[in-house]
Amino acid sequence: MNSMSATARERALYLISPIALLLIWQVLLMIGIGDRRFIPTPTDIAARFGTMVTSGELALHTGATLWRVFAGFLAGSIPAVAVGLLMAMFKPVRIFVDPLIAAIFPIPKIALMPLLLLAFGFGDASKIALVAIAVFFPVVVNTYTGASNIEKIYWDVARNYGASQTVLFTRIVFFGALPTIFAGLRIALAVSFIVLVASEFVASKVGIGYMIWNSWELLQVDIMFVGIVTIGVLGLITSVLFQEVERKVIPWKAE
Amino acid sequence: MTAERRGAAVEIAALRKEYVSGAGSVIALSNIDLSVSPGEFLCIVGPSGCGKSTLLRILAGLDTQTSGTINVDAAGWPVQNAMVFQDSGLFPWMSVTANVGFGLMTRGVPAAEAAERVEAALKLVGLTKFRNHYPHQLSGGMRQRSAIARAFVTDPGMLLMDEPFAALDAQNRVILQAELVRIWEQTGKTVIYVTHSIEEALLLGDRTVVMTAQPGRIKQIIDVPFPHPRNLMTLSASAEFGRMKLDIWRVLEDEVMRARAEEER
Repeated sequence: MNSMSATARERALYLISPIALLLIWQVLLMIGIGDRRFIPTPTDIAARFGTMVTSGELALHTGATLWRVFAGFLAGSIPAVAVGLLMAMFKPVRIFVDPLIAAIFPIPKIALMPLLLLAFGFGDASKIALVAIAVFFPVVVNTYTGASNIEKIYWDVARNYGASQTVLFTRIVFFGALPTIFAGLRIALAVSFIVLVASEFVASKVGIGYMIWNSWELLQVDIMFVGIVTIGVLGLITSVLFQEVERKVIPWKAE
Repeated sequence: MTAERRGAAVEIAALRKEYVSGAGSVIALSNIDLSVSPGEFLCIVGPSGCGKSTLLRILAGLDTQTSGTINVDAAGWPVQNAMVFQDSGLFPWMSVTANVGFGLMTRGVPAAEAAERVEAALKLVGLTKFRNHYPHQLSGGMRQRSAIARAFVTDPGMLLMDEPFAALDAQNRVILQAELVRIWEQTGKTVIYVTHSIEEALLLGDRTVVMTAQPGRIKQIIDVPFPHPRNLMTLSASAEFGRMKLDIWRVLEDEVMRARAEEER
């Protein structure tokens, strides 16, 4: 009971800084510092947010963005985990894959967007592919790092107790790497929002990125802010959900 | 009750292990000849770096010798050997039950039978209440008990134990030594037990192999005449025990000094 209320209190404390920021923002504009045509107050944004929610417009864009993040995240992270584990277990795989990662990881993934538009067209597929590529790299590197740093004793135990390659792969290497894999997935989640919104600026007619870019062209600054805030909120919600999943999946992680 | 002695027989001849690295080579084991009879509890003592753990790892199939032969006759046993490591080596991501049953799962023992055997093994080491715990929720002593259960449950021809109680506090060590002796007296398996404690070797074993400092050779093999079942507390307080402890220490002393001199050089 006591520890529950302590964590609840800690969570509440997390709200102090954002609320303070919003208050300062509101007050400065209300007393005439800054131009409300270009910088709307939090309450202006909230009002616009309300109308966009009731009209269903926001849901449309949010839905498109979330679907692309979700699909791209899965499409990128599942093969990344598999490749990372194989790299740790088999040297030839590592020798083959390592240079590719070293060469492609540093390329800003958004630079691949024109190429992906050529390959997959203007629909969802090109955006999902971009997210998948961006997600793949941090996850593969983290998986490999986690799997190759599994303590030697666990390999010894597995061998002495007759583990086959399959058992090694599914029961030892995968679980041993899981905490590090999750660290990679977390980075990947943030990265997927970043590249997706950027790609939606130029290559989409729907999605939060499109909404933000379009509002800039029409100079609807409040919509722009609604879009920015929505991305932030989505990032926060997915990250909290992610932590819950992590807690369920890695119950042995010492608290 | 002491069970009939049964287990794997081991025959080691002219065993040698050399580690070659860029700077040169290190001879870890040299001229090891040793035979272990079925159901024997054999202890190996020696100064640190004498290769006693290397010998155990070779027996466990985790390392290979440079030359020499090892013959293990474990006919009739489902598993040739099972090792208990110094740091339990329990998988942190598995519950106690899954850890203990690991060697059964890898060998495709049907789930129902495995569950039954795991349950019996947990009972043997007194951990039934903790079956769903994860290793980080257990004390060091409980972790080592789980590791012992994991080894026994596979019904191996021999148990290989690498200083399994070295990391425990004194009280837990005494308790676990007594439990190990009890379990061994019930099962009568071959045990090869590496330790750096003469006292532990005398308390647990039928024979004690004293090894030399690097390169590891067998210096002397000493019979431990204490009958079973043993009461470790009364045994350790007896005059005979004290005398033997001193005898073995005399044999070991030079080697420990030599190992120290080697380290300081």
